[in-house]
Amino acid sequence: MRVPLSWLGEWVDLPDDVSLESVHAALVRVGFEEEDVHGAALTGPIVVGQVLSAEPEPQSNGKTINWCSVDVGEPEPRGIVCGAHNFGPGDKVVVTLPGAVLPGPFPIAARTTYGHVSDGMIASARELGLGDEHDGILRLADLGLDPGVGADAIHLLGLDDAAVEINVTPDRGYALSIRGVAREYSHSTGAAFRDPAQAVTVATGSGFDVRVDDAAPIRGRVGASVFVTRAVRGIDPGRPTPPWMASRLRLAGIRSISLPVDITNYVMLELGQPIHGYDLARLTGGIAVRRATPGETLETLDGQVRTLSPEDLLITDDSGPIGLAGVMGGATTELSGATTDVLIEAANFDPISIARTARRHKLPSEASRRFERGVDPAVAAPAAQRVVDLLVQLAGGTADPLGSTLDESRPPQPIRLAPGRPAALTGVGYTLDEVRDALRLIGATVDEGAAGSDDWSVTPPTWRPDLIDDASLVEEVARITGYDRIPSLLPQAPAGRGLTRAQLVRRRVGTTLAAAGGTEVLAYPFLSLAAIERFEPGAPSVRLANPLDPQADRLRRSLLPGLLEVARRNLGRGLPDLALFELGSVVRPEAGAPAGTDFIPPGSRRPDDATLAALDRSIPSQGWRVAALFLGEALPKRPGAAAEPAGIADALDAARQVGLATATRIVPERGEHPALHPGRTAELRVGDRVVGVAGELLPSIAAELDLPRVVALLELDLDVLLELGAVDVQAAPLVTMPAATQDLSLVVPSATPAGDVLAAVVEGAGELLEHAALVDDYRGPGLPDGTKSLTFALRFRAPDRTLTAAEASEAKLAGAARAGELFGAAVRE
Amino acid sequence: MNQALAAQEQTVLAAEEAARLESESLDVTEVASRWRAGARHPLTMLMEQMSDLFISMGWEIGEGPELEHEWFNFDALNFDEDHPARALQDTFFVDPVERHLVLRTHTSPVQIRSLLTRPLPVYVAAVGRTFRTDEVDVTHTPVFHQIEGIAIDRGLTMAHLRGTLEHMARSLFGTEAQIRLRPNYFPFTEPSAEMDVWVTNLKGGPRWIEWGGCGMVNPNVLRSAGIDPDEYQGFAFGMGIERTLMFRDDVRDMHDIVEGDIRFSQQFGMVV
Repeated sequence: MRVPLSWLGEWVDLPDDVSLESVHAALVRVGFEEEDVHGAALTGPIVVGQVLSAEPEPQSNGKTINWCSVDVGEPEPRGIVCGAHNFGPGDKVVVTLPGAVLPGPFPIAARTTYGHVSDGMIASARELGLGDEHDGILRLADLGLDPGVGADAIHLLGLDDAAVEINVTPDRGYALSIRGVAREYSHSTGAAFRDPAQAVTVATGSGFDVRVDDAAPIRGRVGASVFVTRAVRGIDPGRPTPPWMASRLRLAGIRSISLPVDITNYVMLELGQPIHGYDLARLTGGIAVRRATPGETLETLDGQVRTLSPEDLLITDDSGPIGLAGVMGGATTELSGATTDVLIEAANFDPISIARTARRHKLPSEASRRFERGVDPAVAAPAAQRVVDLLVQLAGGTADPLGSTLDESRPPQPIRLAPGRPAALTGVGYTLDEVRDALRLIGATVDEGAAGSDDWSVTPPTWRPDLIDDASLVEEVARITGYDRIPSLLPQAPAGRGLTRAQLVRRRVGTTLAAAGGTEVLAYPFLSLAAIERFEPGAPSVRLANPLDPQADRLRRSLLPGLLEVARRNLGRGLPDLALFELGSVVRPEAGAPAGTDFIPPGSRRPDDATLAALDRSIPSQGWRVAALFLGEALPKRPGAAAEPAGIADALDAARQVGLATATRIVPERGEHPALHPGRTAELRVGDRVVGVAGELLPSIAAELDLPRVVALLELDLDVLLELGAVDVQAAPLVTMPAATQDLSLVVPSATPAGDVLAAVVEGAGELLEHAALVDDYRGPGLPDGTKSLTFALRFRAPDRTLTAAEASEAKLAGAARAGELFGAAVRE
Repeated sequence: MNQALAAQEQTVLAAEEAARLESESLDVTEVASRWRAGARHPLTMLMEQMSDLFISMGWEIGEGPELEHEWFNFDALNFDEDHPARALQDTFFVDPVERHLVLRTHTSPVQIRSLLTRPLPVYVAAVGRTFRTDEVDVTHTPVFHQIEGIAIDRGLTMAHLRGTLEHMARSLFGTEAQIRLRPNYFPFTEPSAEMDVWVTNLKGGPRWIEWGGCGMVNPNVLRSAGIDPDEYQGFAFGMGIERTLMFRDDVRDMHDIVEGDIRFSQQFGMVV
C-alpha cells in the first residue's frame, strides 16, 4: 500500500517536520513493514508562466522552433526556445527556470540554442513526471487550472508530495486504505485521527432493483452481504481530473484514466471500499448477483472472454453477466469517454469467493486484493456517497435519487476476554486501564461486566474481521502498547536427552567423510524420469504436479543422479578432480501402494489415532542415505610420485569410513547394477544384509553425460546401517604375549574372490590368528593357466604363552587346508 | 686407552650420523600432501551449531518427513483451506493434487508431529530441508533450510520467546546482538512478530537484519494436537539457514550455496 503524505495528513495530524522516514518508523512500530518510498524527484524553481508571444522560426535541420516570450511574474518576461507547437500566446504553462532539476535527473540551465539564449524551459507533463501519455506542452487550462502568473507550480501540481509504501499483512485488509493507515499512524503516535467515513453525509437512493440470489454459497457464506447502488446523472465527460487527485493517484501507483474512473479509484484508496461504476445508459433493467452457470462466458473490461466456473460470483443485468463480482467489470457496461450517467456499486463480497475467482482467472486486481482480505461492511454506504459527492463536485453531475441499499452483513460478534490474559500471554504487566484503552483505541467496544469481573466482553469494530479470539485481542494490546515492552526471560526446559543416535550418526558420517577428503554438497532432489530409470529401471517414483522444470518432475530415489549433475557442473568449471559426498533423504514409494489420501481432516481438532495413522501410512517411504562420487585424480602428481587416479578403491574406502562412523563392518562382494561397470561393481553387505553399492559408472553412461571414463560411486542406506550398527562395544582384553608373523601364499582359480579365500583362512586358522591381510595377487609365469597366487600376511598370538614357530605354522596350514577344501587352494612354496 | 678408543668411536659414529642426516635432508616446503582436504557444507555445519545450542538448553531436535501430508503442513497449523500459500504458486504438490501430498513448505509440520507424539512440556527445535516453488536467483532457492523452535509448557510468555531468541542471537553473532520484535501475521501464531537481529560484526558495519518470524502458538494449533490451550501455551519461531549464512558470512549469491561448486564448501572447510 502506497500512502501519499498529503493524503495521510488530511485525516491524521502530521508534525510540521514530518518525513518519509518518520512515517515509516511510526508504521513499523504497529506492524507495517517498510517497502519503499516514492515521489519528490524534482526541485524548483518551477513556476506558472503565461506565453506572451511565440514566433515560429524554421531551422536549417527542417525543424521549426518557437521563440517565445513568457511572463513568469518577474519584471521582465523571459525568452525561451520551445520545440512543441500545441500552445500559443495567452496560454498558461509550467516553466522550469535555471536551477531547477527535473526527474532524470535533468538539471535546467540557461543555454544558447538555435541562436537564442533560452532562459528556462516550458515543460511537458512527461518531463514533470506526471505521466507519459501526453505529448507536447502541458497547458494548465487543460487541467481546469487558471493560477496566477509566477505561482509555484510544484505545489500547484502536487509535485512536492511523496508517498511511503508499506507491506500490509493479509489479516489487516482495512489498512489497504488511507483511512486504515491514518488510524494506525494515530495508534502509533497519538496524533489526532479523523475518520473519513464519517466525514460524508450519507443519503440513500431507492428504486433501483438489486437482488442477491446465491444458489451455491461457498463454505456456507453468501457471496454478497452488502450491495449499495447510487446514481449520478449529467456528468461532463470533458472535465479533467484535478491535479491534486491525479498526483495522489500517481503516487499511490494508479494510472489516471478519466475523471469518473479516477474518482472510483480515489475513493477505494481513501476508504478501502472497491467501487465499480457502470454506464447507466448501457445497463438493462436491475442487477442480480448470482453464481455463474457451467460454460457461461463474460468479456471482462481487459477485452478477454472468460469461461466461468459455477463458483464464480457474477453481477448480471437483464442482458446477462456484466461483471465478475469483486474482481473485474464487464466490457459492455464500462465507463467510457461518452458516459454521462453513472451507476455506482459499493458492495461487500465474500473474501473466499473472491479469492478463488481471482486465482482461477489469474486476475488479481486492486479490488480483489481488498475483498480477499476483508472490507469493512459498514463503509460501503459512505464510500458510495463519497463517489456521488465527488462526481457532483468535480464532474458537474447531479445526484440522482435512484439507488438501493441491501445490507445483510453480520455484526461483529463479542469475544470473551479475561483482562489478565494479555499479561499472561506476553509477560508484560499491563494494567486494566492499558488493556481497555488499547482495545477502545482500535475501535472495539469493551463491556467489563460487574466491577472486578474476570470475563470481559469485547466487540471488535466492523473493519476488523481478523479479531476472532482472545489471542487476537492480546496481539492488539501488545501492538498498541508496543512490542518493545516485552521483557526478556530465558525459559528453563526440563533436562533433555541430547541428540538422537540417528542424528549423532549422521553427523559422524559427514565429519568422517570430510576428514577423509570428501567435499559435502547438497543437490536438488528433482530429477527426470530418465535419470531415475538409468539407475533403477521401472522403479516407481513420486511425480510433482507443478515442477519448476517440467523435465525434472520426479523426486529422487537415490542420491547418485544428483551427484553426477554436481560433478558435471564442477567439471564444467575446470575442477577435474572430485571427491563429493552427500547425506540426504530419498523418496522410495512402493509399487502399487496408493500415495496420499482422498480426504483431509479439518484443522483445530486432533484427528483420532486411526486417522493419524492413515495419514502417516499414506506418505511414501523416505529414508536417509549417504552417497559419494570420485573422479579424476585421487592424489595429484607431486615431486617424486605420479598421480593416482580415482576409482572404485576410493568408493570402497569411503564405505569403510562410513562403516567406522556407524559401527558396522561393511564388506564388499561382487555385485551387479544396471548403471555400473559389470566387472567393477561391489554389493556392500553387513552380515547378510545388503546395505548399499559401490562401483564405477558404466563407461557408456559416463560418455553420455560428458564425464570421464572412470567415475567411482558409492551409496549406502543410513537407516539400515543405523539399525545394524553396534550400540555398545564389548572390549576384548589386550594380550601382551609376543606375536608370530608368517606369510601364506595360496594358488586358487583366478575367478575365486580373494575375500572368500581370506575368510576361509581366518576360519581354518582358528583363535590363534589375530590379524590377516591380503598383500599380493600374482598371476603369470610359474603358475598354471587360469590361476592366481594370493599372499596373506598373518599375525598369530596366544593369550597365555609365547607361540613357537611350529604352533604358528600349524595354525597357518589349518587355514590353508580350509581354503583348500572350499576353493581347491594349494599352498605355494 | 679404552676410554680414548671409545671416545674416538663416538666421534666417528656422530660424524657418520651427521652425514646421514645431512643426506636425508629435504625441502620441507615441497612436501606434498598425501591426504586430500575435504569440507562439510556450511549449511550443514550451521544447522549443527544451532542444534547444539538448543541441545545445551535442554531442548531436543525433532524430525519429520520432507514429503508431507497436507494436513501436517497446513490444516493443523491453522492455515485455512483458502489461504493463498496453499495455492499452487508457492507449494510443490505431488501429482495428483487431490491426494494431498506436498513437499513441506516449512519445518513447522515437525511442531505438530512433536506435539502429537511427545509428553508435555515440549521444547523442540526442528532443523531441515524445506521447499517452495521459487526459481533460483541471487536470494531465492526452491530448496532451502529452516530452523524452527517450539516450546509448550505452563506459563510460557512472549518474554520467554524474546529471551530464547536473544540467547540464540548472542551465541551465533556475539554478545552485542539484540532482538527487536515487530507485529506481523502468521496463521500459526497469535500474537505474531517479525524478528530483527542487531548484528555488530558484519562487513559494512552493525545493522538490523530481518531474521525470521515468531509468536505465541495459536490456540488452534494446540487444538490440532489435542492440547488444551487453557492449560498449556507456548511460543514458536523460525528462521532461514541460507539467509543466516548469507548475512553472517557475507555470501552474496544464493547460487554459490546451492550449486555444489566444491570451491564454496572448501572456503569453509570444517568450520562455519
